[in-house]
Amino acid sequence: MPLDQTRTELSTTEEARRQIEICNACRYCEGYCSVFPAITLQRSFSDGDITQLANLCHNCRGCYYACQYTDPHEFQINLPKALAEARTESWERFAWPGIFSGLFQRSGVAVVAALIAGFALLFWAGQALRPESGEGFYAFLSHSVMVAIFMPAFLLPLLAIALGLRGYWSEVGGASVRLSHLKRAFAEAARLKDLSGGVAGGCNFEKEDRYTNVRRWHHQAVMYGFLLCFASTGSATLLHYVFDMPAPYGLFSLPKLLGIPGGLLLTLGGLGMAVLKTRGEKELGAPALWGGEMAFVLLLSFTGASGLALYAATGTALVGILLPVHLGAVLAFFLTAPYTKMVHGFFRLAALVRNAQMQEK
Amino acid sequence: MSAIAEKVWDVVVVGGGNAALCAAIEAAESGRSVIILEGAPKTYRGGNSRHTRNFRCMHRGPLSVLTDSYEEDEYFDDLIRVTKGNTDEELARLAIRTSEKCLPWMEAHGVRFQPSLSGTLSLGRTNAFFLGGGKALVNAYYNTAADLGVEVVYEAQVTHVEIEDGRFNAVEVEIAGGAKQRIEGRTVVLASGGFQGDIDWLARAWGPAARNFLIRGTPYNRGVVLKDMLDQGADSVGDPTQCHAVAIDGRAPKFDGGIVTRLDCVPFSVVVNKNGERFYDEGEDVWPKRYAIWGRLVAAQPDQVAYSIIDSKSANLFMPSVFPAVQADTLEGLAEKMGLPAGKLRQTVDAFNAACRDGTFHPTELDGLATEGVEPQKTNWARPITDPPFYGYSLRPGVTFTYLGLKVDETARVTMGGRKLENVWAAGEIMAGSILGEGYLAGFGMTIGTVFGRIAGQQAAKGAVRGENSHAA
Ligand SMILES: Cc1cc2nc3c(=O)[nH]c(=O)nc-3n(C[C@H](O)[C@H](O)[C@H](O)COP(=O)(O)OP(=O)(O)OC[C@H]3O[C@@H](n4cnc5c(N)ncnc54)[C@H](O)[C@@H]3O)c2cc1C
Ligand code: SF4
Ligand code: SF4
Repeated sequence: MPLDQTRTELSTTEEARRQIEICNACRYCEGYCSVFPAITLQRSFSDGDITQLANLCHNCRGCYYACQYTDPHEFQINLPKALAEARTESWERFAWPGIFSGLFQRSGVAVVAALIAGFALLFWAGQALRPESGEGFYAFLSHSVMVAIFMPAFLLPLLAIALGLRGYWSEVGGASVRLSHLKRAFAEAARLKDLSGGVAGGCNFEKEDRYTNVRRWHHQAVMYGFLLCFASTGSATLLHYVFDMPAPYGLFSLPKLLGIPGGLLLTLGGLGMAVLKTRGEKELGAPALWGGEMAFVLLLSFTGASGLALYAATGTALVGILLPVHLGAVLAFFLTAPYTKMVHGFFRLAALVRNAQMQEK
Repeated sequence: MSAIAEKVWDVVVVGGGNAALCAAIEAAESGRSVIILEGAPKTYRGGNSRHTRNFRCMHRGPLSVLTDSYEEDEYFDDLIRVTKGNTDEELARLAIRTSEKCLPWMEAHGVRFQPSLSGTLSLGRTNAFFLGGGKALVNAYYNTAADLGVEVVYEAQVTHVEIEDGRFNAVEVEIAGGAKQRIEGRTVVLASGGFQGDIDWLARAWGPAARNFLIRGTPYNRGVVLKDMLDQGADSVGDPTQCHAVAIDGRAPKFDGGIVTRLDCVPFSVVVNKNGERFYDEGEDVWPKRYAIWGRLVAAQPDQVAYSIIDSKSANLFMPSVFPAVQADTLEGLAEKMGLPAGKLRQTVDAFNAACRDGTFHPTELDGLATEGVEPQKTNWARPITDPPFYGYSLRPGVTFTYLGLKVDETARVTMGGRKLENVWAAGEIMAGSILGEGYLAGFGMTIGTVFGRIAGQQAAKGAVRGENSHAA
């Protein structure tokens, strides 16, 4: 009764389960990441278990290159791919509202279209609602118009993601969260532990079976760059509302001290990720997502770059063009976030929290 | 004539597993030109080494992932126990002693170690586990070799080793099924494994039953080079009729099933042959000490197959199997699904159940819970098979390696008619019979390959310099 006969008819979840059961009999990859120690806790795997394992996987690919059962072996193991596909499907299942599920994740064209729509809206707002007076950016777009656009553009996606996470938590059977779970999960996420290959000291991507940290460092740049940019915007909001200090801010202000390094990290990290993406083996991820993922990292990088350009152009006429360009990109990024690769951060974090619970028991 | 056939290589390495790679790396680090001729395609490179998980390593104190200490004498005693004394003490002690220096060498050449795997904690002191298993080790060595400028040719089947007057000149090789080519070298290291991939040879040696054996590792170790050397009069060691076989899942692929096809349920089960009869004490000892004996036991049963049957009490007591068990709510139902005579199976199980006694059952140690009044007796873990659902696994012999090999000395040099060949060395499974006459000690295969692969590479590198000088003179 060879295992492979019905493989083509297996659903994504069933295929992932088939491979996970082989891994559970093997366990050679136990040292790479959190997925294998989680597998060995169990003997049989429900659909929710598969979703959890799939989201725990960071696609470091160590287990693929180490596997003695990859194609053409009849066991046909390609765990990074099987888990990437199960993960993708889970995000689509949890996406709210469902009509957008998969749209931006799978389609780079849709991401570009969202970007163009973002530009268009901001240019239109700049033309039609041009303020009578105002300083800096606010000479081009009044503060109230910005708030009117970005408040909902920020809160609605957050709500959508929160609903998705709720679906995730119930599917994987999550328990009530304690501080110790969060501590462990955030520490692992902060180091991108599961992209480190464990004692391998690197993951496998652009150099096939050689371990390198290039992808991990670029991902760190994007992640911390994004968080810094976010903190920059947050600090500006506080300054504006709490301290009554509206923009523009000088170089030694909090928004700029956070935003400039953040923008640089985001721009360069994102570009680096995009270049790496052209070098990694497509078939070790979810190939159908390649375009959407590429568009997403480029959008991130472009958002960072346009923000920096806007700052550099302060006081010149270029602001009139760069402001809507940058804000259009930010808008597109936020509005599509619940349906692009962006969600991976939220679900991975949830998976790490759940894993902390499982390992504690 | 292709480019590789145009030059004279300092060191020609035949094979592409652990022993071959260790030899190639050593020789290349001495500055020699080295070519690896690997018979398998790139995806299957690395022979049986790609299936391994650990190597057994002596250490006088904590070393890398190894805890505590494991000294030479204890290691040697362990070896003598499994080989029943059928061991070359000098070579064995050399391998054991050198193993301690091998671990840091392996790390320096790209191998990563991890603490022992879950389910194998008993080996945490003696065996260092490779992160990702043997294929990751093989990958690391191929990368190291590439960085050192070693030429690697895949699908390069060596068919003949040209030896004249005790001197090696060249190998004959077929690359990707092409015409035979002659590749010249100053020295050669033979590291092409055993012959278990050649089922006809196995059947000639063991008898026709061998046709039903499964081969746990690579199909590419067909003993072509071994046979060629023996035909030319190279000295051999090891019992030509024997192979190391263990009982594995009967549904495993014919070749390359590797580690996942192991089945650890036997001690908790009743094992019957295809006629529904028991034939041996299933609970004689813990499974790692018995799986090799069961390889032979199953090989001696009709059609070389047996069936291990447990009930729901024992379903979670052993490492998960790669194929799900056959399952039924009644013994008769199970018999039907597995193609066993239902009446006879019922009779066997009833007789066994009636012979079970009360007592404490302890799955992880010899609990002495034995049957009384049934033949053969089950001496540990004997609990009646009564609670549905019932589960069944088929068992077949799975061959790990063959014992017949080339005889070598402490410098890994091959001999012919008692005389050392001038420039021929051998390492790994192809010469392991020089050390392991019978039995097997977990993790010792990789130790032999690493120790003698390195020695062979160093010796060949020196030999190549001598060869060059004598040519120039
Ligand atoms: C499933 C399994 C698990 C094992 N686990 C362990 C373990 O955990 N620890 C341990 O110590 N040992 C283990 N062993 C034993 C171990 O695999 C061997 O002892 C060891 O790999 C031998 O190394 P080698 O380099 O001599 O042979 P191999 O690694 O088998 O390499 C032989 C090479 O020669 C090539 N070759 C063969 N014929 C030709 C030819 N005519 N021309 C060119 N190339 C040729 C083959 O393609 C192959 O690359 C295991 C074995 C199996 C089957
Ligand atoms: S990926 Fe392959 S080598 Fe790793 S645990 Fe799974 S089956 Fe074993
Ligand atoms: S790809 Fe990396 S993170 Fe994912 S399961 Fe494999 S080793 Fe773990």
